[in-house]
Amino acid sequence: MSEIFTKSRARNVFYGGSIFFVAVFVALTAQSHLHITRTATAGMPLTDEVRLGKHVWERNSCINCHTLHGEGAYFAPEVGNVMTRWGVMDDPEGAYEMLDAWMAAQPSGIEGRRQMPHFEITEEEMRALSEFLRWADQTDTQNWPPNDAG
Amino acid sequence: MKYQSQRVAYWYFLAAMTLFGIQVLGGLLAGWVYVSPNFLAEILPFNVIRMIHTNSLIVWLLLGFFGAAYYLVPEEAEREVFSVKLAYLQLIILLVGTLGAVGSYLVGIHGGREFLEQPLWVKFGILVAAVIFLVNISLTVLAGRKTAITNILLMGLWLLCLLWVFAFINPDNLSLDKMYWWMVVHLWVEATWELVMAAILGYLMLKLTGVDREVVEKWLYVIVATALFSGILGTGHHFYWIGTPGYWQWIGSIFSTFEVIPFFAMMSFAFVMVWKGRKNHPNKAALLWSLGASTVAFFGAGVWGFLHTLHGVNFYTHGTQITAAHGHLAFYGAYVALNLAMFSYAMPVLRERAPYNQVLNMASFWLMTGGMAFMTFVLTFAGTIQTHMQRIVGEYYMVVQDQLGLFYLMRFGAGAAVVLGALLFIYSQFVVRREVVKPGPVAVPGE
Ligand code: HEM
Ligand code: HEM
Ligand SMILES: [Fe+2]
Repeated sequence: MSEIFTKSRARNVFYGGSIFFVAVFVALTAQSHLHITRTATAGMPLTDEVRLGKHVWERNSCINCHTLHGEGAYFAPEVGNVMTRWGVMDDPEGAYEMLDAWMAAQPSGIEGRRQMPHFEITEEEMRALSEFLRWADQTDTQNWPPNDAG
Repeated sequence: MKYQSQRVAYWYFLAAMTLFGIQVLGGLLAGWVYVSPNFLAEILPFNVIRMIHTNSLIVWLLLGFFGAAYYLVPEEAEREVFSVKLAYLQLIILLVGTLGAVGSYLVGIHGGREFLEQPLWVKFGILVAAVIFLVNISLTVLAGRKTAITNILLMGLWLLCLLWVFAFINPDNLSLDKMYWWMVVHLWVEATWELVMAAILGYLMLKLTGVDREVVEKWLYVIVATALFSGILGTGHHFYWIGTPGYWQWIGSIFSTFEVIPFFAMMSFAFVMVWKGRKNHPNKAALLWSLGASTVAFFGAGVWGFLHTLHGVNFYTHGTQITAAHGHLAFYGAYVALNLAMFSYAMPVLRERAPYNQVLNMASFWLMTGGMAFMTFVLTFAGTIQTHMQRIVGEYYMVVQDQLGLFYLMRFGAGAAVVLGALLFIYSQFVVRREVVKPGPVAVPGE
């Protein structure tokens, strides 16, 4: 056993195999990239407004309380499907109004309830944020989450 | 200490342990906010606390790896570090970047991708420091003796630094953003860092057990081969529900299941080496941490990872407290405990205090490990209830969270034990000068 399976053999298997798996992974990643842009997120155009919304989302680090498509922090509700939950997925104006009212009501100040901070967000940015959340919601996530509760 | 330049490791370890303290205190604070949600809500919101907690974790682990490299590479390569000045320069850049990042988080300036919130200038600083490190350590190795340990360590460190490039790539398309984000996050902890872990563990086993280098090195190549063969395509377990194609459900499930193997192998490796070893090394604390790290890594990454990695399970558990439970035990076992093993081994040498038996250090091992295990259990219970009520029954998130208060209280208690353990560890490394318990006579072989 130890004569056949020498250290240099083990090393060569490691190098060769790793290169092989990297190559497969790169190919699948490239294919996934195309799948995302052409199919999974093609339901809504990626406009400048959506881009701005993503920027607002990042600037306020919402991800460190909420999950978005199940990734992020586990302190606050999933927002990848919040527009569906609110029933405003197909109503941009209603979505904006809902979100604006929600954000304006924070922090709730209710004792013993988790608090969402107050954020400085202009009207233009708030519309963008709402479009970003609608854009995220239209993504083909293989039917995740299991229900509207997110 | 055989080589003068190994001394730089001391400063890396000192910086790492300071950040370790900040990290666990930040975690305790975040855990307290779960218990008492209005605490500091208007001054220091949860998201900022969490950022400090996760970022200081990652930075101190990296500082520990860099320090470990500066400590063990001279011995392996049998020569001094190429440039001690560069090593200090690298440390200063990293510390300025860290302080800058924490400062800017506190005033509300940060990015918005989880774990990668550092302002752009800090990201560049890290890049520069990484390049300095790679040049410095590679030149040391190239000029000296080449061993499997330095080979694997360097390969891991080179690849993890290269992957840092993805920290700069943030596509406007959210799904693309997520896909490339995992190239840092998953391919760090489940591929490149595993190489570093295997190399450091191999070095410690070599020193502590006195087993033949030839045996250690063959094991190492097998371990890192199984790590990369499973871990690269195992990235697929994060590509189930973010807009990526459906075939990842199968690729991810199958290959990430194989990811258990390297962790099992590292645990077996550590135990087999100890059994085979002829040396009775006096530094029992380093041995305890080495065995502990590989065991807890197997449970945290292997068992708790497998728990939710099959796509049929992950469909329900994705993004719940189950994920938090796994993340904590995996990081603790694989990377926190491993770093502490290295510190426990190197610090007595660096401080030129003969290996006192370090009972306080060993007590801190049990306190921390017990605390982390307890935390993992209660979060797993919380996550199970959450998964059932929210994902199966369909109750609203906030309603479900209201039911989990008891678990979050217990998590806080477990966190307090971990903080005590961490402080005790730091105290035992920097303050204690003598053996606290007098050792018995030199061991004689049993009957
Ligand atoms: C600008 C970024 C953010 C956006 C767009 C946002 C959006 C939302 C939305 C839409 C909800 C309602 C979810 C639902 O009803 O299903 C919500 C709830 C919540 N968010 Fe945020 N959020 C952001 C940042 C944060 C941050 C940083 C925190 C934590 C410090 C936070 C904590 C919470 C909490 C605790 C709730 C539940 C509040 C309750 O029901 O009383 N959010 N957020
Ligand atoms: C030492 C190695 C590991 C570390 C440090 C680690 C850490 C983590 C962390 C921190 C997360 C959460 C990421 C986020 O914020 O979204 C995570 C997620 C995950 N990990 Fe690991 N992990 C390790 C190994 C493994 C292994 C070996 C497996 C599988 C056998 C695994 C399976 C998973 C899965 C399926 C998720 C996604 C959870 C979800 O859907 O919410 N991990 N891991
Ligand atoms: Fe992973």
